[in-house]
Amino acid sequence: MKFSEQWLREWVNPPLSTEQLSTQLTMAGLEVDAIEAVAGEFTHVVVAEVLKVEPHPDADKLRVCQVNIGKTESVTIVCGAANVRQGLRVPAALIGAQLPGDLKIKKSKLRGVESHGMLCSAKELGVAEQAEGLLELPLDAPVGQDIRAYLKFDDVSIELGLTPNRSDCLSVLGIAREVAALNKLELKRPEIKPVSVTSKDVLPVMLEAKADCPRYAGRIIRGINPAAETPIWMQEHLRRSGLRSLGPVVDVTNYILLELGQPMHAFDLQKISDRIMVRHARKGEQIKLLDGQTIALSEGTLVITDAKQVLAMAGVMGGDSSAVSDVTRDIFLESAFFSPLAIAGRARSYGLHTDSSHRFERGVDPVLQVQALERASALLLEIIGGKAGPVVEVAESTLLPLRSPITLHPSRIEKVLGIAMSPEQVEDILSRLGMNLVVVGQDWQVTPPSHRFDMSIEEDLIEELGRVYGYNQLPNTRPQGQMRIGARPESRLNPRQLRRLLVDRGYQEAITYSFVSEDLQAKLDPEHTPVALANPISAELSMMRTSLWPGLVQALQYNLNRQQSRVALFEVGLRFIKADSGLRQEKVVAGVVTGSRYPKQWGLPATMVDFHDLKGDVEAVLAMTAEAQAYTFSAKPHPVLHPGQSALISHEKKGDVGWVGALHPGLIKELGLSQQVYLFELPLSAMATTRVPAFEPLSRFPAIRRDLAIVVDRTISALNVQETIKKSAPGTLTNLELFDIYTGEGIDSGRKSLALGLTFQDLSRTLTDNDIETAMGRILGVLKSELKATLRE
Amino acid sequence: MQQELDKLVHEASTTIAACNDLQALDQVRVQYLGKKGLITDRMKALGTLSAEERPAAGQLINTAKQAISESLEARQSVLNEAKLNAKLMSETVDVTLPGRSIGLGGLHPVTRTMERIEDLFIQLGFEIAEGPEIEDDFHNFEALNIPATHPARAMHDTFYFADGSLLRTHTSPVQIRTMLKQKPPLRILAPGRVYRCDSDLTHTPMFHQVEGFMVDERVTFTDLKGILNDFLQQFFERTDLAVRFRPSYFPFTEPSAEADIQCVMCSGKGCRVCKHTGWIEILGCGMVHPKVFEHVDIDTQKYTGFAFGLGVERMAMLRYGVNDLRLFFENDLRFLKQFN
Repeated sequence: MKFSEQWLREWVNPPLSTEQLSTQLTMAGLEVDAIEAVAGEFTHVVVAEVLKVEPHPDADKLRVCQVNIGKTESVTIVCGAANVRQGLRVPAALIGAQLPGDLKIKKSKLRGVESHGMLCSAKELGVAEQAEGLLELPLDAPVGQDIRAYLKFDDVSIELGLTPNRSDCLSVLGIAREVAALNKLELKRPEIKPVSVTSKDVLPVMLEAKADCPRYAGRIIRGINPAAETPIWMQEHLRRSGLRSLGPVVDVTNYILLELGQPMHAFDLQKISDRIMVRHARKGEQIKLLDGQTIALSEGTLVITDAKQVLAMAGVMGGDSSAVSDVTRDIFLESAFFSPLAIAGRARSYGLHTDSSHRFERGVDPVLQVQALERASALLLEIIGGKAGPVVEVAESTLLPLRSPITLHPSRIEKVLGIAMSPEQVEDILSRLGMNLVVVGQDWQVTPPSHRFDMSIEEDLIEELGRVYGYNQLPNTRPQGQMRIGARPESRLNPRQLRRLLVDRGYQEAITYSFVSEDLQAKLDPEHTPVALANPISAELSMMRTSLWPGLVQALQYNLNRQQSRVALFEVGLRFIKADSGLRQEKVVAGVVTGSRYPKQWGLPATMVDFHDLKGDVEAVLAMTAEAQAYTFSAKPHPVLHPGQSALISHEKKGDVGWVGALHPGLIKELGLSQQVYLFELPLSAMATTRVPAFEPLSRFPAIRRDLAIVVDRTISALNVQETIKKSAPGTLTNLELFDIYTGEGIDSGRKSLALGLTFQDLSRTLTDNDIETAMGRILGVLKSELKATLRE
Repeated sequence: MQQELDKLVHEASTTIAACNDLQALDQVRVQYLGKKGLITDRMKALGTLSAEERPAAGQLINTAKQAISESLEARQSVLNEAKLNAKLMSETVDVTLPGRSIGLGGLHPVTRTMERIEDLFIQLGFEIAEGPEIEDDFHNFEALNIPATHPARAMHDTFYFADGSLLRTHTSPVQIRTMLKQKPPLRILAPGRVYRCDSDLTHTPMFHQVEGFMVDERVTFTDLKGILNDFLQQFFERTDLAVRFRPSYFPFTEPSAEADIQCVMCSGKGCRVCKHTGWIEILGCGMVHPKVFEHVDIDTQKYTGFAFGLGVERMAMLRYGVNDLRLFFENDLRFLKQFN
């Protein structure tokens, strides 16, 4: 809602500066979004009358004008505007005038002709962004008067960002009412008198959809002057509210919308056949709207019709066929109450949003219709003349919104707000807001005024009390509650620990969009069909990710393209996977790495990161869980991973949980990545619990270590070797480490050598050489028989 | 004899002083104190003296021997120290060379900010709760007193799916989910991703919110003011930070408010960030609407509650001076590393 400050002050004029008024509105919940001057800063510009226009002797486009500036002598002003003509009244900047843009008007010669000022356009006065030619003033504009005084340019437009509950403030009347209440002032409400009815002409009005339109008022005005113009003061009021002048009839209806908050509509009477009927649209009906678009109406849309066709989409926009034009002589004025529920969501469903629908869907004062009609009639008769017929009002009063009394308990005020208010304060504030209070025992019965659609429960009244009292006047207190220590299971793994671990291992946390492009999604997770957004912002952000890899790979690519060759990113977030049971929204952690293992530095060789670096990171993550041993990594192909460098991560009970591997070289190429990329992804559910330490006694007896170097086929996995050793070893094997792998000279091609360290220790005795030899013998025997291992020579 | 021994001691100490390494020093030791050394010879010669002369002569020789031994030891320790010093010098490193680095990463500024917000409220016994991001109409709107036709829906620019489900537009659905499961007293903080169908200089289609709420028998609007005032002052680490509350409107709170802080960029003097008002809108809040309580079956006569919601990116921008919202989701390492 945008309005002129002066217009407001015509209704209520508090002793506040513009800035104070603005702060007061903001702090009362009517947030001021912007304040702007209605004209540029300038001086010495007066209303001037063009007496004579002659061509310039030396310039085709210039004219030499004799101009009356209200002094005894006229002045000569050279003007280049196309619309300059004799008899015109325009603003003239006199010698010494200061115009916006630091322009000073001096006596000057234009191609040899002396000019004593400048005739101005709206743009030159900072009144409009664009202007074609001079600003034409009414022919009765007082010649010689300062233009600032004449057009009351010392004014600002105040723009409010109103919340949807305050429909009562979508008019100058509403804002004035609020300002009067806040400042304990009387509202100077202009008296609205019915106009004299000079014709008996009526158009019958019938309400079929009574619940959606419980009140409809209208009147005929015949014989209007189609050449009439909107008075400048009204044009200025409209302009300062952000509306363009579109001819007197539309301007008056717009003026009433701004002044009283009642949207109105004017029809060309000649285009209406027989009658007005307010009903719901029927199947197949359509309407060409004022803005030119034709809309197929859905059943149930509230429409205004005549005997033949749909004339308007009620409360939203009028139709093209019955629109008022510059040849219209007879009009039918509509002023109705459409219920918010009938309009809410309707305009939006057609992609429409108008000043009218904005007000109706939030609530228009249901007692305003006839007053608005009379006010509009009076203005119209004054501007365009004509004969007014009687007001036709059809109403179903039982269906009009009813303001029921709300019970307000004094104790509830304190329970909600936190402070007690005296009965005098409560009564003062609520009655200033136009509420009717009746004391019933300890309580009040409060009936809100008809324009307040946002008052239905006790808390609504309490908010009003706090609001007018001033939120900032309320003290700050601290809640009192029972202190209770909540559960903090030590075994629950806090995702913060996971993040910290990855950060400590060199990963930078990324946050990527949860929606990705269909293409990238399909490339990086071809096995899942993603859920598509019905109204995506772009194709790039249209599919809900089924894996964090697309987003992370994209982020990696972004950084590679910016001269960052070493990238390690991780993200924690949801992936969205369609399943038979419905949609699974799973929280996962994923990582993507490329480039050198360590930052380039003097003390370490520059080696590139590889599969086992990433596996080490994943193992470190899994080691935080209570059951790191329950996870295995097995070689398994994955559609987007390198077939020889991809591992499925499985849990002995939970099954397959995640993947780690190198991005497939084909994809590396396809995505235009210049270097090898490694990825992992794991659901957080795999890491929900962490280990609570359980003490094991320390052995007082020495540990004995034996190293073992064996040679096996290359196809035998390290895991297989380790598992075979573990199952064939006695319980005294306390540690097994694989410390070297060798292939090459001295080893048959097709075979590899593994070096393992075995540590034995017993809790109750010192192990003898014999114990160890027996154990090693058995282990080697099993390795030989099951894995065809040989001892390395 | 005395003179002879004094001369010997004198000669020895001169030789010892001239020794520059331990090997030479050892030769001197052998020369004087070795089996055939000059002092040893004198000792051996004692036998040739009479029994009366022997004690005095022996004492003289011992004194000389001790003098030479002391000289030798003193020189040895000097030479030892020199040797150690030389070794240490040879082991000198350039301490100004950078230490070995495995390269530390860092948390995303949104996470960092979110954790900071969480930690401040955890002090008051707030618990963290989470919920799904693809939500249904009931939890995101209906139960929060935003029916289908409500004008407030237009403020939300919702992303929808074909089946009518949607991406949550705020973390407030967690409020509903929590209250359906748990009964008061409740102190809950719900951080997470939210989505709005909007993308320009100052909007990204995804951002983060922290919703907080407290429900108990004696929770009031002035408590809400107090808690948020303290929170904002602690978050920005300015105990004199001015905070103001303005009436506002949210369908799920009544009374509702918006909180502004004095602009942290210009200290309220007026700048581009605060649009020359000196104030920055920072969060929305209010007392839980009775209709919301009815949806989750909480007794509105017994309990009251407050709720608030704030944008994490906005808090991060103000705290760290970030001037472009979109940077948070570009994941440019040059940006991310500034928060390590």
